[in-house]
Amino acid sequence: MHDLSIGDLLSRLAKGEVSSVELTQHFLSRIERLNPGLNAVITLTGPQALQDAAVADRRRVAGERTPLLGIPLIHKDIFCTDGVRTSCGSRMLDNFIAPYDATVVARLKSAGAIMLGKANMDEFAMGSSNETSFYGPVKNPWDTTRVPGGSSGGSAAAVAARLAPFATGTDTGGSIRQPAALTGVTGVKPTYGRVSRYGLIAFASSLDQAGVFARSAADAALVLREIAGFDVRDSTSVDVPVPDYSASLSTPLKGLKIGLLKEFFTGLEPRNEMLIQDALKIYRSLGATTVDVSLPSLPLSVPVYYVVAPAECSSNLSRFDGVRFGYRCEQPKDLMDLYKRSRGEGFGTEVKRRIMTGTYVLCAGYFDAYYLKAQKIRRLITDEFLAAFAQVDLLVGPTTPTPAFPIGAKVDDPLTMYLNDIYTIGANLAGLPALSLPCGYVDQLPMGLQLVGPHFAEARLLNAAHQFQQVTDWHRHVAHGYE
Amino acid sequence: MSEWETVIGLEIHAQLATRSKIFSAAATAYGAPPNTQASLVDLAYPGVLPVLNAEVVRMAVKFGLAIGAQVARRSVFARKNYFYPDLPKGYQISQYELPVVGRGKIQVMLEDGSRKTIGITRAHLEEDAGKSLHEGLANASGIDLNRAGTPLLEIVSEPDMRSAKEAVAYMKKIHTLVRYLNICDGNMQEGSFRCDANVSVRILGQEKFGTRAEIKNLNSFRFVEKAINYEVARQIDLLESGAKVFQETRLYDSDKNETRSMRSKEEANDYRYFPDPDLLPVEINEHYIQAVKNTLPELPDDKAARFARDFGLSTYDAGVLSTSRDLGDYFEAIVNPAGVVPPLAGAVPPAAVNTEYAKLAANWVMGELSSALNREALDISAARVTAVALNGLLLRIVDQTISGKIAKEVFGAMWLHGQSADSIIALQGLTQITDTSTIEGVVDTVIAANPKQLADYRAGKDKLFGFFVGQVMKVTEGKANPGQLNELLKAKLARSESGGA
Amino acid sequence: MSLTRQDVEKIAHLARLSITEQQMPAYVTSLSNIVDFVAELSSIDTGQVLPMAHPLEGQSQRLRADEVSEADQHVKYQVNAPEVQAGLYVVPRVIE
Repeated sequence: MHDLSIGDLLSRLAKGEVSSVELTQHFLSRIERLNPGLNAVITLTGPQALQDAAVADRRRVAGERTPLLGIPLIHKDIFCTDGVRTSCGSRMLDNFIAPYDATVVARLKSAGAIMLGKANMDEFAMGSSNETSFYGPVKNPWDTTRVPGGSSGGSAAAVAARLAPFATGTDTGGSIRQPAALTGVTGVKPTYGRVSRYGLIAFASSLDQAGVFARSAADAALVLREIAGFDVRDSTSVDVPVPDYSASLSTPLKGLKIGLLKEFFTGLEPRNEMLIQDALKIYRSLGATTVDVSLPSLPLSVPVYYVVAPAECSSNLSRFDGVRFGYRCEQPKDLMDLYKRSRGEGFGTEVKRRIMTGTYVLCAGYFDAYYLKAQKIRRLITDEFLAAFAQVDLLVGPTTPTPAFPIGAKVDDPLTMYLNDIYTIGANLAGLPALSLPCGYVDQLPMGLQLVGPHFAEARLLNAAHQFQQVTDWHRHVAHGYE
Repeated sequence: MSEWETVIGLEIHAQLATRSKIFSAAATAYGAPPNTQASLVDLAYPGVLPVLNAEVVRMAVKFGLAIGAQVARRSVFARKNYFYPDLPKGYQISQYELPVVGRGKIQVMLEDGSRKTIGITRAHLEEDAGKSLHEGLANASGIDLNRAGTPLLEIVSEPDMRSAKEAVAYMKKIHTLVRYLNICDGNMQEGSFRCDANVSVRILGQEKFGTRAEIKNLNSFRFVEKAINYEVARQIDLLESGAKVFQETRLYDSDKNETRSMRSKEEANDYRYFPDPDLLPVEINEHYIQAVKNTLPELPDDKAARFARDFGLSTYDAGVLSTSRDLGDYFEAIVNPAGVVPPLAGAVPPAAVNTEYAKLAANWVMGELSSALNREALDISAARVTAVALNGLLLRIVDQTISGKIAKEVFGAMWLHGQSADSIIALQGLTQITDTSTIEGVVDTVIAANPKQLADYRAGKDKLFGFFVGQVMKVTEGKANPGQLNELLKAKLARSESGGA
Repeated sequence: MSLTRQDVEKIAHLARLSITEQQMPAYVTSLSNIVDFVAELSSIDTGQVLPMAHPLEGQSQRLRADEVSEADQHVKYQVNAPEVQAGLYVVPRVIE
């Protein structure tokens, strides 16, 4: 049952072959059994889920049909969930009960989906390995000594281990695509503004975008349609109609022009490159053509990101001050002490590092050299992307430079860790939609193929991914022990 | 001893009179129980986002047009980062590099009647902070975030003022303007209109500005004047004793009438401004500006000029009567020929503009009416005597039904009982005696009853004329027409004089 | 080291973060490395390029009608507060 697609599950539910309660119970049992070895789920909402499932079953019997009625899911713990702890992977919010639902949560609720629990994540989404979580690292189902990637590592591992048919995630510099790649699932980061950020605890507001982890592009298409769309509560969400992503999945790829980013292939590990070349062969066989394109400024995306993201986060995280919610230090001796110790003790090492980086680059005297400069180069990168999309329909390349690395391997070296996102950050800087899908293995560990499209071209990305998944079966592979 | 020159610039914070907050749909009403008007956005809950209130933009544009400023076609909200318990996000959303209103100017009238133009550097939109309360908490403060997120228009002047009085005149003018535009209620007790004053002194003739101190949060015109005067004296004392003025933030203590350094703001802050990534640039097009322009009311200077021109008022009177729209409307309801009330009756020709009547009305509005309002601290809109009623009273003066003196009594009664002038005059029998023979009779009786005073008067004690007037008024209960009485009395006393020669 | 211990202390103070004695050396090193890494940007000639604050820059801010739709929910919202008295959030004395 846990290996069925969302579409299959919906049809079984519709035929009455299975109830949502049974489905929910099935996944809850899997979580109970398998999660201790993965640490992917940090809050389980079993009783509520079963209640919601029972309601979904009654609604179905009554003839109601919402798009995801009765389908279980797991939310990244960055999304506020009314009445349920929303920790953002941080000690700071370990005791925080959100009093409202994020728009993504509310939309999935009204689509009929059933929340099983909340997924582990890097603290405040700052990390590429899920090791910065206050709740401990998530383990990769493919090799539990290895990281699942981050920051949405819990969501990725949960979908990879079949603990839920799908999960939500957020992507600020690759936090959906990178863990999707490292755990062998499909992850979609939509166009900036496509999905509301309301209720998503902000890391870097101009880069954050909510998205989805699923086992296939077809499943992701069903979910994305529900979460996408304009939201009056988010001034940066865009009022562009949401297409039926599922309807265009079968569009033939004949004539699709794929751009190969020179910068994505320079220095690429040979085994990784081989996987990408194999994938390109498949695309050519499906009727696509490939052309080489170059974005000369793209290599600067990592330093640009590590100015812009910390700058925004240093300000976004100022609200965690021990006054209205969240962690407060014991016995503050005065106001300054309250601030410094609540924040010093409530935030972990990496979060503090990013806040300090951001504080530094925004300071008078450094602002122009760092922040403003980064914003200018951000424009250069964006303009180069847009110029490339004048020539091609999609850009294709690797999602990550390497497969999942061992837990602990990079924790003491932030810069090396940051370079994990070298292929993914560009799309965030330019606000472009991007997707990662499984395309093979290096050292028996899954690797991802990344597709990047022009703004609001999610349908094209899902179409291209789906067509690839029609002729490959990487996405059907399950890690040993999770079949 | 050198001669010092004071240099003042003001940053006025005008709370915009919107129903909801600048970035949230919580109410802005004053005086609600703590934190009952603080929404998730105002509390800076994790995950929430600001959404800009259309009304604040319209109000800012209105202000910009009223001071002849360039309205920015594109303005940007920025974050001003600092930690303070009344600032829930740890940053204030404000405008930094691209404010909505650019350079403008305004003219103020100084005490000597001369005019001065004060430059306005910019006006930008921002959110207000909450309040820290200290009462009833041992060594702790309580934070009320009801005010957090209330829209403010910060109006920054050039350092163009040279005295505390000029600063007050400027602040009053802005106060008048924002109320004219209906963008701020101007309530200073509630903090809806307040300012920070940047004060420095320099030797007269010196070009370079002195080091300035910023006096925070002045919320009355009187405090602005006193605080600046104190601060100027303090700075001059320092400089004359060879010490230096420090650039710092100071607080005015109205109980002690002094300014003191604010410890909390002592450390040099680095606000780390950057564009707020949760908000997009605000774009304003020509069409929008034109639409706002069409809603602009007659502005104070225009109204004053019209009053002076059309009603023949002095510049001073015209200025006073145009300090608020309601006051001007009140005055105009009395005198405007096109208004509800027929301007004049009786002997006075219904001229399009009767400047004499206008002057009478102006005197009454600025005199009796204003003092009655002040006595009860009422706004003109709450006056117990309406313009229609006051016009009714003034008409009785003009047609000589009552004297000006009696009219004041009638006004008092109108204010208390809310009746019309005519009914009070009738009820209390206050109609003026204008029948010459009646007055003459009383005069004769009084003269006959006071032979000694008559003799003294005739002997040259002119002052006794007033005695006779008083006696007649006593008998007539003040109702004798003063003009007629004077004439008659003069004649009678004179006749006797001539008779005795 | 492009940042000194004093620099890091100053930044930590601005950001209101207590940094333990034990953590300090690692922060001085890692923050210096990061600053050196991003300093690469300053050598890039960006000519007349305008800074880009936002991926949706081409769009303009949408405005909300001036309507009150939030009801008082302070009891619910204060469930998460560390200390509340008479509806107020309590903090150590604020000195003005």
